Amino acid sequence: MSTTLKRVHGYLAEFDNVQDLYHAAEHVRDAGYNRWDVHSPFPIHGMDKAMGNPRSNLPKLVFCGGITGTTVAFILQTVTQTNFWSSLGLGFLQEIVETYPTVVQAKPTDIWTLPAFFPVMFELTILFSAFTTLFGLLALMGLPRWNHPLFASKRFAKFSDDSFFVCIEARDPKFSQDGTKALLEKIGGKNIELVEDEI
Amino acid sequence: MEASASNTPRILDREPLVLNNRSYSWITNRICGIVENKQPALWWILFVPSVLLTGLMVFCFAYLISTGVGVWGQKQPVAWAWDITNFVFWIGIGHAGTLISAILFLTRQKWRTSVNRAAEAMTIFAVMCAGLFPAFHVGRVWMVWFLAPIPNANAIWQNFKSPLLWDVFAVSTYFSVSLVFWFLGLVPDLATLRDRCRPGLKKFFYGLFALGWRGGNRHWSHYETAYMLLAALSTPLVLSVHSVVSFDFATSVVPGWHTTIFPPYFVAGAIFGGFAMVLTLMIPVRRIYGLDDLLTPKHVDNMAKIILLTGTIVGYAYCMELFMAYYSANPYEAAAFTLRGLTGPSIWAYALMFSFNVFAPQLFWYRPFRHNMWVVMFVCMCVNMGMWYERYVIIATTLERHMTPGSWGEYSATWVDQWTFVGTFGFFMMLFLLFLRFLPVIAIGEVKGVLPQSDPHFDDHAEKGIQEEDLMAYPDRHVAKPIAA
Repeated sequence: MSTTLKRVHGYLAEFDNVQDLYHAAEHVRDAGYNRWDVHSPFPIHGMDKAMGNPRSNLPKLVFCGGITGTTVAFILQTVTQTNFWSSLGLGFLQEIVETYPTVVQAKPTDIWTLPAFFPVMFELTILFSAFTTLFGLLALMGLPRWNHPLFASKRFAKFSDDSFFVCIEARDPKFSQDGTKALLEKIGGKNIELVEDEI
Repeated sequence: MEASASNTPRILDREPLVLNNRSYSWITNRICGIVENKQPALWWILFVPSVLLTGLMVFCFAYLISTGVGVWGQKQPVAWAWDITNFVFWIGIGHAGTLISAILFLTRQKWRTSVNRAAEAMTIFAVMCAGLFPAFHVGRVWMVWFLAPIPNANAIWQNFKSPLLWDVFAVSTYFSVSLVFWFLGLVPDLATLRDRCRPGLKKFFYGLFALGWRGGNRHWSHYETAYMLLAALSTPLVLSVHSVVSFDFATSVVPGWHTTIFPPYFVAGAIFGGFAMVLTLMIPVRRIYGLDDLLTPKHVDNMAKIILLTGTIVGYAYCMELFMAYYSANPYEAAAFTLRGLTGPSIWAYALMFSFNVFAPQLFWYRPFRHNMWVVMFVCMCVNMGMWYERYVIIATTLERHMTPGSWGEYSATWVDQWTFVGTFGFFMMLFLLFLRFLPVIAIGEVKGVLPQSDPHFDDHAEKGIQEEDLMAYPDRHVAKPIAA
């Protein structure tokens, strides 16, 4: 006979519709919980307010990504195709890439050829921003993640179909076996279950 | 006058985006059912020829590699012909997908949710087809990595001042960003498929790409921000891609190409042709897979209106080109258009372009035509062909009649040109059919999100009986006549 240690992950309560979930979220927020979440098949308009969530920090990351893209494109093009860095006394930058500027189309080889570089600067700004969005999002969400205690719940699989859940985690300082369960019952949660995590 | 409860003015509901009050689980079952059930016979009837045509495309490219790029029909003076025409054609197709997923998202057009997934898939597959042509056009396709800014033994870097290189960056960025956008949109739906599968290989792969999605609002919050950011990034991107494609022509000194109208004209044409392709694909899909409640006549109607709008912009651009050729008093410019439309060897192509792109969509002014799927399909087929001819007219017929008559020549496509192009259709169809087979064709989560019951204040609205936003936006349009007691 083997024994497995289990750790309580939290309480999971099911709700029938968006409206009930929304009001439930307001109650949990007002009860002062922090480590909790609502799970729904689609994003619910206004739920951030109901939960008291802060705004996502993703735009700041993406802005940095975009700036990086612009800079990379500027450096790539000016180093390989102009004398801009030598004129600043930074000729070693050009020596590194051992370049032959392409002198065609009667376009200048100094910094004043910059407008011809705008399209690539624009494209790399977008490219870097988009990848920053993707990877920044994954980092903020803590995904990809292969398993999660919630996946142990049979009912939870319906979150991606037509059911709505509130999960209050045991990590929350206000969590208590009885108090949290009572709160979930009071706000109309159904099929309340204790989700455990094997350790 | 007494106003009883029964005859107080009511607000007419907007046409619902999902018909017959379908529930969340109906939507899940219907869309996942396409992936989970056996495919209809028609799927196989289309899939087998598509695979064969893909094989033909591979053969044509192999023949080109082993023999030389001369197996295509272009020679001086027509150095850009079917290949570049096909490139511009396919890349243009993609634009509708990004327009639907990004621009209609930013403008809060909720009806986009039923079409955006398939349209984005179409974008990605069309860009894949497009990319093949310039890659093989360079002549030595195994040297195509020279297009990428990688240090090489020759110490020669790309000419970043050339519109052709801008194009490399624009198209590759477009492909990458479209793929990221599409994948991000798929994640919640892949989780739905994962949760419905029995343990096994399928569940493994859906689970792998669903990234462990749990639909938590703390995730949705970041996710929606990311989606908005990608939409905001894709919007200028999609406008830039076809603008940059048009720079390939507009920055040259060839009469008929050297015009400032090209970027907006190309972008409008791309969206126009792309929407025709979206409808060409989606009208059969909604019928075959029984998605009529999700892809309603309202959706088709909206897209037909966009085709009418962009087709009219394209028509305006055609006329403005002619006017500028006359008004600029530039004899070469004037000659280019006279030869294109009146006296040159390919006036048939110009006539086809004009009638397919400008005249055919005018049918959409009439509402019953926009609601008749056969008429819509007919117009879309015209537009699909017309937009190919537009590029052919711009590219090949212009080069046939260059500056001096001494450098004039005639162009005709070879069988390799023709079968390569047909082959890319097979490749495109094969990818699209595989997409139907393995991935949810409609964004399940997004469609659920636009149902009326998904509004957290739905109950309050139901009590009041009116939607105040509607009242504010349209003070009188939504007020119905009082119902007689």
